Amino acid sequence: MAPGKTELVDMFGKMVMIREFDQLAVELRKKRRIHGALHPYVGEEAVAVGACSALRTTDRITSTHRGHGHCIAKGADINRMMAELFGRVDGYCKGKGGSMHIADFAVGMLGANGIVAGGMPIACGAALAAQLEDAGGVAACFFGDGATGEGEFHETLNIASLWKLPLIFICENNRYGAGNAVESVRVVADISMHAPAYGMPGVTVDGNDVLAVRDATREAVERARRGAGPTLLHCQTFRWLFHAMRDEPQPDTRPAELLAAWRSRDRDPVMRFEDYLTGHAIVTAAEVQAIRDRVNRDLAAAVDFAEASPYPDPKDLLVDMFAE
Amino acid sequence: MREITFARALEEAMTEEMRRDQRVIALATTRAPVLENEFGTQRVRHTPISEAAFTGIGLGAAGSGFRPVVNWGMVTFSFVAMDQIVNQASKIRYMFGGQADFPVTYRCTTGGGAQTAAQHSQSPYSMFMHLAGLKVILPSTPADAKGLLKSAIRDNNPVVFFECSRLAAITGPVPEGDVTVPIGVADVKRVGSDVTVVALAYYVREALALAEVLAAEGISLEVIDPRTLVPMDAEAIRASVRRTGRLVVVDEAPATCSAASEIIALVTEDPDTFRALKSPVRRVCAAPVPVPFSPPLEQAALPDQARITAAIRRVLEDAPVAV
Repeated sequence: MAPGKTELVDMFGKMVMIREFDQLAVELRKKRRIHGALHPYVGEEAVAVGACSALRTTDRITSTHRGHGHCIAKGADINRMMAELFGRVDGYCKGKGGSMHIADFAVGMLGANGIVAGGMPIACGAALAAQLEDAGGVAACFFGDGATGEGEFHETLNIASLWKLPLIFICENNRYGAGNAVESVRVVADISMHAPAYGMPGVTVDGNDVLAVRDATREAVERARRGAGPTLLHCQTFRWLFHAMRDEPQPDTRPAELLAAWRSRDRDPVMRFEDYLTGHAIVTAAEVQAIRDRVNRDLAAAVDFAEASPYPDPKDLLVDMFAE
Repeated sequence: MREITFARALEEAMTEEMRRDQRVIALATTRAPVLENEFGTQRVRHTPISEAAFTGIGLGAAGSGFRPVVNWGMVTFSFVAMDQIVNQASKIRYMFGGQADFPVTYRCTTGGGAQTAAQHSQSPYSMFMHLAGLKVILPSTPADAKGLLKSAIRDNNPVVFFECSRLAAITGPVPEGDVTVPIGVADVKRVGSDVTVVALAYYVREALALAEVLAAEGISLEVIDPRTLVPMDAEAIRASVRRTGRLVVVDEAPATCSAASEIIALVTEDPDTFRALKSPVRRVCAAPVPVPFSPPLEQAALPDQARITAAIRRVLEDAPVAV
């Protein structure tokens, strides 16, 4: 079923928000207004938004160290995300997690994760819960190309397939694991080739085409909801910016021509979708501008919200350690 | 009261808790026919030998409303799942600001004395104690095993439940029905006045046996079983030491950064308890080696009654602590 205008506009708005949120986060970090490590998702927006548009709020996902996009796509509140980056008490984790550990269990976002592939078994557990609940829920895990080198990737694919769990594996192949090109750490370039070894469909998708990601995810979700088990989606995309930054971005050693090619308007996932929406007369240029203006206003408000929020009180250091 | 084995007590706890709460599920590499027959293979799953995956599956299912009991088999195998234990389970609640609870129990056997050699004779509970975020349980009797496993399953946090291999076949009185033992409460297994002996798991039995022998000499041992290592019932141990003035801690883990070290720190950091000490405290622990296979070597590596007795005599004979 083709999405209607409302849904398309929502998807576009989320893609713009992810782009602007992370570009703003980089600037805030460079100015030392926020703290810690930052892994921008810029350039990969179509994967998170396309995939999450095929999920319900009650479906559960796990994310990666590059997790802001997954949060926004799943419906997290940018005010609380920003407050977390600022280390404030109104952040999602009350300032205890920071960029790499944002979670919003209320919208089924079970957390970003500092360990490559670390979220995959957790998503598998959420899928087991969905299967036992038998209410049509599914789970999805986002992971990068680097995760395919981890044992947790292979173990999780096998168990999910063995138990026919309602789980969608969404590989964001951005071609580099930190600074290492995929072909320098893997023999087989096509990550979907792992799927047949574990007895599940493997689908390679243009990860910069939000509607293609949406369609592939919908098919995988439909399969999962009817009890036929997991699917491995291999979404080909590209990370526009550096792998990570602390006080300064890490040096980017990738070829300049490769960066330029992926940043071209016809490959940029946000501009591609904008051109699609305007080209099909689904939205006007004025509506696009209104969306962009709203995103920027919302982000300015999020920064204000975060800065108005107090730092956590050190006397609360031990709060949240153990549940009652 | 009826007497059943430690292993049977644990099985009863599993059965009763799975009857009591539909959300309790079981994951293990070995099949559990008794549980499978009663609860079916949806709730009782045997897994591939994929410790990292099923450790994380337990955590994810716990964060999604279930109460998984994940059995690693031997603690040895937990080391294959260290990412999920160290980076995920022990930190997930706190680092997400307490948004969700993760009621998952990880069971495993532990300890030496059965000629299973270096890898399968380990007692690494202090590694888990160190992680801040896991509750750690180590019972010594069938009744405590049953009552504490029930409490662990009902607890809303990740709990690591150690089952001493040398205790599996021993029997003891276990009350019928739904009797829990609270987490974080030590048990005075024998009241005495001369020396406090804090012993863990198998060595509770050794200490109690020794207490009988030494009683004939007029030496009165108070034997305390912490039962839970996190949270540790420090006050129960301190209160005993304030009365006896002497402390020996017995465990089969090597002494470095051990539960025994922690117990001694908790006792000696407390000013009133420190002032009550009549002599330096002592640890009786395993030698700092991988547990060897050959019986005479293994016996030499692990604590025994002779070494425990020697430590008790030392604390009775040592010069007083000058305060």
